[in-house]
Amino acid sequence: MSAATNLVALNTIVRREIARILRIWTQTLIPPAITMTLYFVIFGKLIGSRIGQMHGFTYMQYIVPGLVMMSIITNSYGNISSSFFGAKFGRFVEEMLVSPMSNWVILLGYVTGAVTRGVIVGALVLVIALFFTDLHVAHPIITFLSVVLGATVFSLAGFVNAVFAKKFDDIALVPTFVLTPLTYLGGVFYSVDLLGEPWHTISLANPILYMVNAFRFGVLGVSDVPIVTAFIVMLVFVVGLSFVALRLLSRGVGLRS
Amino acid sequence: MTTPALNVNNLRKTYGNGVEALKGISLTVEPGDFYALLGPNGAGKSTLIGILSSLVNSTSGDAEIFGVSIHKHRSEAMRLIGLVPQELNFNQFEKPFDICVNQAGFYGIGRAEASLRAEKYLKELRLWDKAHLQARTLSGGMKRRLMIARAMMNEPKLLILDEPTAGVDIEIRRSMWQFVSGINAAGTTVILTTHYLEEAEQLCRNIAIIDQGRIVQNTSMKSLLATLDVETFVLDVPSAPGVLPVLPGVVLRTLDDHTIEAEMSRSHDLNSLFAALSSHGVTVTSMRNKSNRLEELFVRLVEHGRENAA
Repeated sequence: MSAATNLVALNTIVRREIARILRIWTQTLIPPAITMTLYFVIFGKLIGSRIGQMHGFTYMQYIVPGLVMMSIITNSYGNISSSFFGAKFGRFVEEMLVSPMSNWVILLGYVTGAVTRGVIVGALVLVIALFFTDLHVAHPIITFLSVVLGATVFSLAGFVNAVFAKKFDDIALVPTFVLTPLTYLGGVFYSVDLLGEPWHTISLANPILYMVNAFRFGVLGVSDVPIVTAFIVMLVFVVGLSFVALRLLSRGVGLRS
Repeated sequence: MTTPALNVNNLRKTYGNGVEALKGISLTVEPGDFYALLGPNGAGKSTLIGILSSLVNSTSGDAEIFGVSIHKHRSEAMRLIGLVPQELNFNQFEKPFDICVNQAGFYGIGRAEASLRAEKYLKELRLWDKAHLQARTLSGGMKRRLMIARAMMNEPKLLILDEPTAGVDIEIRRSMWQFVSGINAAGTTVILTTHYLEEAEQLCRNIAIIDQGRIVQNTSMKSLLATLDVETFVLDVPSAPGVLPVLPGVVLRTLDDHTIEAEMSRSHDLNSLFAALSSHGVTVTSMRNKSNRLEELFVRLVEHGRENAA
C-alpha cells in the first residue's frame, strides 16, 4: 500500500479506537478518575499531611506525578489488551487481517488509540489533582515525551499480551500479578532513595521506576534516577516490544491458523 | 490468453495438530465465472478460502489472484478480494454504516468515497433503514447481508462467499442471489460454497467438489450434470399400491401407503413405467424428483472418492 492509503487505514483504526473509548466512557474514563480522587484524598490529604516534605515538595505534590503516570500506564495497557483481544474474540480482527493493510499500520493504530486513552485519563487525573494542590510543570517537553513514551511502552506490552491471550482471564493476569505490583513498587508513593540495600538496587530493575521518575522530573524537576537513563530505558522497551509485536503479527501468532 | 481470476497451485495445509486439511489442491477459476466450491463439512473448503484471504497460513504451494501471488504480494492480492465468511465477524456494537466505512478505510479508501459506497451497497442489500442501528439488533439474515455489503466496499474483482445463506429464509436468500448474480453479470468473479446444492446448480457455471482435502471433481456444471445417468422419482398414490410390477431397468420400492419410489436410467422412458403401474391398478396422482440432480451426483462423487481412498 502507498503512504497515502496506509495513512487512511491508520486513521481508520485510530478513529475506531477513539470512538470505542468514548462509547464506553463509563468504563474507560470515569473509573480511573474516581480511583485517583480516592488516592489523593486518602494518601495525599489524610496520610500525606502527617508525612511532611519529600525532595522539597509536600507529599501530595510528590505523589501527583506518580499517580498520573500510574493512570497513564494502566489505562494504556488496559485499553489495547481489551480492545485487541475483544477484536480477536469477536473475530472482527479478521476485517483487518483480510485487508491489504501492513502489520505496522495495525500495530501503530492500536498503540495510538491506547496512548490517546492514557493521555486523556492522565489529563483528567491531573485536573483532579489541581483541586488538591498547586502544580507548575518544570520541563514541559520532558513531561510530554515521558507521557508518550511511557504510554507507548505499556501499549505495546498490552498488545503482546492480547496476541497471546486465549480468554479474557489471560488479559487480566498480567495487570493483576505483574503491572500493579511493579507500579506500586515503582516509586509512585515514595522516593527509592528512602530504601536501604538490597531493595534500592532491586528497585532499579523495575522499568516503571524510570517512567514515573521521568514524568516526575518533567513536572517537579526532581528524580531518583538520571533522566537520560530513564529515557534510554523507555526507548529500549519501545524498540524491543515493537520488534516482538511486529514479529508476532507477521507470523500470525494467535491470529492466523 | 486471459489471466485466471484464481489459480491455485498444489496448495497444502497441515495444522499444528497434524490434521492434513489440504492435500495438494490445484484449480483454476476464469474471470467472470460463477464458481461453486462444494464439499461435505470438514472437506477443506474453509481452509482453502482462509488461505486465499490470508487468514490461514499455507504449508506449501501458492495461489494467484488475477496473476498476483498471495504469498509474494499479499497486499496487492488482498486488494482484489472480497470475503464473506461463514461466521459472523463484525463488531456487534458498531453500526452497519460504520462497519462498511471502516472496512473501506482498511483498504485505504477515503471516508467521502467510503460513505458513498456504504450507502450504495446497504441500499442495494436493503439494509439502509438499519444503517445507523447497532449491528447486534439486526436479524440473522440482515447480518449475512451486512457481510456482503462490507465485502463489496473495496469493489473486489473476486468475491468469495463461504456459505452466505446458512440459516437464511428463502425470501432473503433469493434477494441475496439476485444481488450476487447482478454483480457477477457486471464482471465480478464469484466463488461460492454452500450446502444448498440447488443454489449451486442454478447459479454456478463451473464447479469443484472437494473432499478430505482433495479435489474429486472439477468441471463445468453442465458436463457434471450430464454424467448423471440415474434418476429417482417419488410417485404419490391415493392408496396402498399392493404388488408392484417388475420392469427391466427400473427399481420400484413402496415407501408407505401413499408413496412409491422409482429409480431408473435417464434414458428409460416414463410411458412404460406408467403403463406397467396402470396395469397393476396403481394410479399415480403426482410425481417429483427425489432430490436435485447435483445433490445426487455430489453424494455419489464423495462416496466414490472415499471408497477409492479406503
